[in-house]
Amino acid sequence: MELKPCVNIRQEWDIVGARQLGREKAKELGFGTVDQARIATAISELARNIYLYAGIGKVYFEMVDHLGKKGLKIVAVDEGPGIRDLSQVMQDGYSTSGGLGAGLPGVKRLMDTFEINSEWGEGTEISAVKWVR
Amino acid sequence: MPKRVDRIVLDNSDVIIKNWLKIVSENRQNDYTSSISDELFQSTNREFVNVIFDSLASGGGLTKELESFSERLVNLGWPLSYLTDGLQTFRRVTIDFVLSQHDQIDTDFFSVILDRVDTWVDPIINKLVNEYSGSWEHTVSLQRVALQELSAPLIPVMRNITIMPLIGTIDTERAKQIMENLLTGVIKHNAEVVLIDITGVPVVDTMVAHHIIQAAEAVRLIGAKCILVGIRPEIAQTIVNLGIDLGKFPTKSSLRKGFETALELTGRTIQREKKQETIVEDIMNQLTEG
Repeated sequence: MELKPCVNIRQEWDIVGARQLGREKAKELGFGTVDQARIATAISELARNIYLYAGIGKVYFEMVDHLGKKGLKIVAVDEGPGIRDLSQVMQDGYSTSGGLGAGLPGVKRLMDTFEINSEWGEGTEISAVKWVR
Repeated sequence: MPKRVDRIVLDNSDVIIKNWLKIVSENRQNDYTSSISDELFQSTNREFVNVIFDSLASGGGLTKELESFSERLVNLGWPLSYLTDGLQTFRRVTIDFVLSQHDQIDTDFFSVILDRVDTWVDPIINKLVNEYSGSWEHTVSLQRVALQELSAPLIPVMRNITIMPLIGTIDTERAKQIMENLLTGVIKHNAEVVLIDITGVPVVDTMVAHHIIQAAEAVRLIGAKCILVGIRPEIAQTIVNLGIDLGKFPTKSSLRKGFETALELTGRTIQREKKQETIVEDIMNQLTEG
């Protein structure tokens, strides 16, 4: 298996590390500046969720290829408390930490595909892809 | 017994040094010092092993030479693994040598040897690791102070107008400082309008936006107005995608536009002073027209 670039999220500054690595990968794949900003913001949201709710987790990146279309896949994994109600967190304005509550629905809009798997008490895995246009 | 081990090692320092140098040079192939010239590597090796033996001869532990040697390597930026690997190799070589000097070895003697060599090598390793991590911690703390200094400056540019330029990542710590500096600054400079410039902020995610909204709201509560400037096109798009509502206060693309708005809000405009010649020309024109 090919090794994937990965950033461990343990403290707040790791979010910056993840964002920078993601931006670098996006640049390599040939994303424009707007999409780079979208990807960096999405990574920032996912990594911050790990930091805020799970404490420890990982963000890794994968170059994906689908019918000649290239893309960047971001996967955020943690073994935190998990999400009790998935449909609730995907609503704009819902937050348990006093934030804006725009994080996850925002990521869904920033990226092209969005998948979330979470088991209450088991952890969360979110993967999202952005295709190069 | 321990004394006997000491004597064997010190009396045969030449052989041990030779073995050590050989192994260290062999290990070099696949490691971290490839950017260092051969000559420097060899001379450092020799100095290193001499320093170790000096320390042993003086009864183990730390010597002045060892301290200055480690200090120099820290400053030169040699990897810590060079020193720890070197000392582990020294431990192995020494034990091998002492064992090879005896035909029959019982377990008691063996543990005496191990114990003795450990009491030489361990304090040296500890000291070196401390020295290195101390210098790293020092660097990190200096950088943290430097970062904090340029964290959230507030510049009074004109009566009643102040600007806060933000550059770099905004984390929770910094967001707190931004809020504090904004509020104390508004009171201190008696500001009516505060411009927050985010040209240098690489990513505006929900957390950053949330902090900016809160800061602007707090500024509004103490009777001043906040204008968010320096919103780059790609940042504008991500803010819209995220669905963040920044409609509660005015936003502008550039500091210049924001500043013009600030002047308007404080009842001022920018006017070019008319030069003497143009005034004369105006009068001439009026005369000819009349």
